[in-house]
Amino acid sequence: MSAGEIVLDVLAGICLLLGAFLAFSAGVGVLRFGHLLARMHAVTKPQVLGLILLMTGVALRLRSGPAVAVLALVVAFQLLTSPVAAHMVGRAGFRTGKVRPEDLDVDDLSDAPPTPPTPQPPTPPTPTPPPPR
Amino acid sequence: MNRRTSWGQWRGIVVLTATWVLLWGSLSPGVVLTGLLVALGVLWLFPLPDISRVATVRLWPLCVLVTRFATDLFVASFQVAWLAVRPGPTPRGGVVGVRLTSPSVAFEVATAELASLIPGSVVVEIRVQEQMLYLHVLDLAGSGGPDGVRASVLALERRILRAFAAKEGETA
Repeated sequence: MSAGEIVLDVLAGICLLLGAFLAFSAGVGVLRFGHLLARMHAVTKPQVLGLILLMTGVALRLRSGPAVAVLALVVAFQLLTSPVAAHMVGRAGFRTGKVRPEDLDVDDLSDAPPTPPTPQPPTPPTPTPPPPR
Repeated sequence: MNRRTSWGQWRGIVVLTATWVLLWGSLSPGVVLTGLLVALGVLWLFPLPDISRVATVRLWPLCVLVTRFATDLFVASFQVAWLAVRPGPTPRGGVVGVRLTSPSVAFEVATAELASLIPGSVVVEIRVQEQMLYLHVLDLAGSGGPDGVRASVLALERRILRAFAAKEGETA
């Protein structure tokens, strides 16, 4: 094994460990964060970077063209889809009143005037009374 | 909607075919041919408006955008990871509205996508007509309050416009 290969393997190991930590913390965040919107943060940021680092680590270890191309595709689709998925879950939660007002210090969306009557999806729900705890 | 074959659609065909070839992992004529067919089918089934008139690519601002995005993603990821594993309750967050300045839906979408990944925010609602973006911020105090969030999203949008908008500061 040449010196260059050892360096690449060490770099791959660092990437894999960091990525594993971030993926782990994303899971912890989903469990520990108190409400829906906060959980969406855990599934976008640490999860995405964790996956990128894991794929980088695998690419550094495999060192083959076609494999790296597929790993790059995985990263690209993750970057494209993860924000959309979080947005859809967050929006659905907000519109169906699953977000409790007391979890938000500022709430521009509920304070905003309803959208003008256009062929748009229905306006967000009026603030519902907080469910009994 | 203009559905004639334009330069933008040719690029779409090339990108989709390249994706197909990468997924199959071989450059044989059969794979390329089926890739072309699938690309044509996708573009026929899901036609997109032609953005080649409002969009371009500027190399240096694109480098700035990508570098800044990578560092911000790194910082934001470790911030959220730390908030997740540290002892103590979830930090206080909020939903902040930002009025975007971009002229076109394409840039609004790009800003919304990137904003979900970087400045500690997740997009909750987009109102295209009003150019309003509503973001949930995980740690409101740590992001400089609502005004700090607005400033960082607008700065992100400016970087996107510098990299991709055909005319800077276009308001039409």
